[in-house]
Amino acid sequence: MRVAVASGKGGTGKTTVAVGVAISSALAGIPVEYLDCDVEEPNGHLLLRPRIESSRSVGILVPVLDEDLCTGCGKCAEVCEYQAIALLKAPLVFTELCHGCGGCVLACPTGALREEEHAIGVVETGWAGDVRFVQGRLNVGEELSPVLIRAVKKTAGHGSLTILDGPPGASCPAVAAVRDADLILLVAEPTPFGLSDLETAAAAFRGLGSHMALVINRSDSGTPELRRFCEDQGLEVLLEIPDDRRIAEAGSRGEVPVETLPELRDGLEQLRRRLHDFVEETHAHAPDQAVATRAGAGP
Amino acid sequence: MKELAVISGKGGTGKTSIVASFAALAGDVVLADCDVDAADLHLVTDPHTQRRETFRCGHQALVRASDCISCGLCEERCRFDAVSRDESGAFAVDPAACEGCGVCVWSCSAEAIDFPERTSGEWFVSRTRHGPMVHARLSPGAENSGKLVSLVREQARQVADRDGRDLILIDGPPGIGCPVIASISGASLVLAITEPTPSARHDLARALDLAEHFGLPSAVAVNKFDLNSALSEEIESDVRERGASTVGRIAYGRAFTAAQRRGASVVETGDGRIAEQVRRVWRNVGRLLEAASPPYER
Repeated sequence: MRVAVASGKGGTGKTTVAVGVAISSALAGIPVEYLDCDVEEPNGHLLLRPRIESSRSVGILVPVLDEDLCTGCGKCAEVCEYQAIALLKAPLVFTELCHGCGGCVLACPTGALREEEHAIGVVETGWAGDVRFVQGRLNVGEELSPVLIRAVKKTAGHGSLTILDGPPGASCPAVAAVRDADLILLVAEPTPFGLSDLETAAAAFRGLGSHMALVINRSDSGTPELRRFCEDQGLEVLLEIPDDRRIAEAGSRGEVPVETLPELRDGLEQLRRRLHDFVEETHAHAPDQAVATRAGAGP
Repeated sequence: MKELAVISGKGGTGKTSIVASFAALAGDVVLADCDVDAADLHLVTDPHTQRRETFRCGHQALVRASDCISCGLCEERCRFDAVSRDESGAFAVDPAACEGCGVCVWSCSAEAIDFPERTSGEWFVSRTRHGPMVHARLSPGAENSGKLVSLVREQARQVADRDGRDLILIDGPPGIGCPVIASISGASLVLAITEPTPSARHDLARALDLAEHFGLPSAVAVNKFDLNSALSEEIESDVRERGASTVGRIAYGRAFTAAQRRGASVVETGDGRIAEQVRRVWRNVGRLLEAASPPYER
């Protein structure tokens, strides 16, 4: 079962919830893995404090020119949709614009372009207690976070529960992280910004065919608009975390709030059970829906 | 003309609330909301839209199932895992995964793949009580947020030229990836908003590394500082050690959320302690901006 944690707005508590569910599952004896897909700013390691056992470089294949073989025909620049190749006397490659599609190499009639790996980040794997831990870390100055997110997700499959901790936003990195999850758990705040970004995220993820449910963080009396949205969209609220300064302070000390506040521990344990039931139920009642067919499709 | 880019690394540290306050305090600015995939600045600036344009960028591969001969070359050559076979044996492209490289289009032996231009969102020029604002909405799940950010900034510069305004306030996205790079490149000053948590401290370091990577001067304000004053001090000392400036602290409280619910910034809705702290941060930022060279002179 793959559960993606996403939000639209940043700082709503994705990592707190994702790590909380991971720890709660491990305590219940469930084989669980936590994959940090927020490769621009991975934070799960700060809470889980894993022992990293292996690290692997991830890159894209970028073209390198053999000038002796180049006839200057310009086919490579012509097929490049990213304007990453400019044709002067010979082609000039702008690596930072290259998406690594390999089109130029296929198009070159004389074999003057070969491909070389350009590192964009690393995938690190290890253990945090009984939680299998994986994170991606994008190199500073690199742009193609979705490539690294896909590489992180390809390491999945070592547990009955896979938690994908996603990046904020609703564009390509967020979609790359939540794609093919059985359930997308949205963590939302009951503020105007929180609601607006939740609407954007729900719209972006709706077409992916996964089921969605909600955690409301910093929940207080100001939630009627958020509740109305959930009702309209058929989004079930699986957990509410109160707006409590003690939680913010625990976070500022780098503590996993679930370990500090007993009421939160119970809440997350309930959330873990609810996640399991939710996926069971929705699969049982809708075996022909996209979720069931997509689950085995890989990252 | 100068540009102040406000970023954070970690999301939810208060970028948008602080940019809205700066706009109210500066009075004579152009606003550029560059968090195009989770734009919120319009919620506290009450914009009246004067110009609305479609953002078209890149292409999207589409297999015509009726013409597909199921040779599988598209799937084999796609580096983005965007092509897969459906139950009928025909191939189809997942629009969410397609990066618009076109390799499948010209590889297809049956010429069965169309390559229409992709509509990726909208952008707007609006009037607000603080001045003109350029903002955008990326289509849900769309690519090319970096290109839309660059477009928003270019339009903001044109508006600033047109109206003779000297400062562009850029509300940036979280992270350090392509839309962040597009938001800060060439800016006069990068202001990072952080908070005293290990996560925000970690993310701030990467955000400042990014500014340094592009040779941009940076400054840091610590929001919610009193959640952990000791950590706030450590963060500020890290910042100064690496040659960036510290421009002040803002306390933890509900004033920002209360202002948001009223559709305004914290400096417009109250004269409390938090509003005063934001004013002080703005004065310090103003001094740094005065000293910063315009982008074209650097």
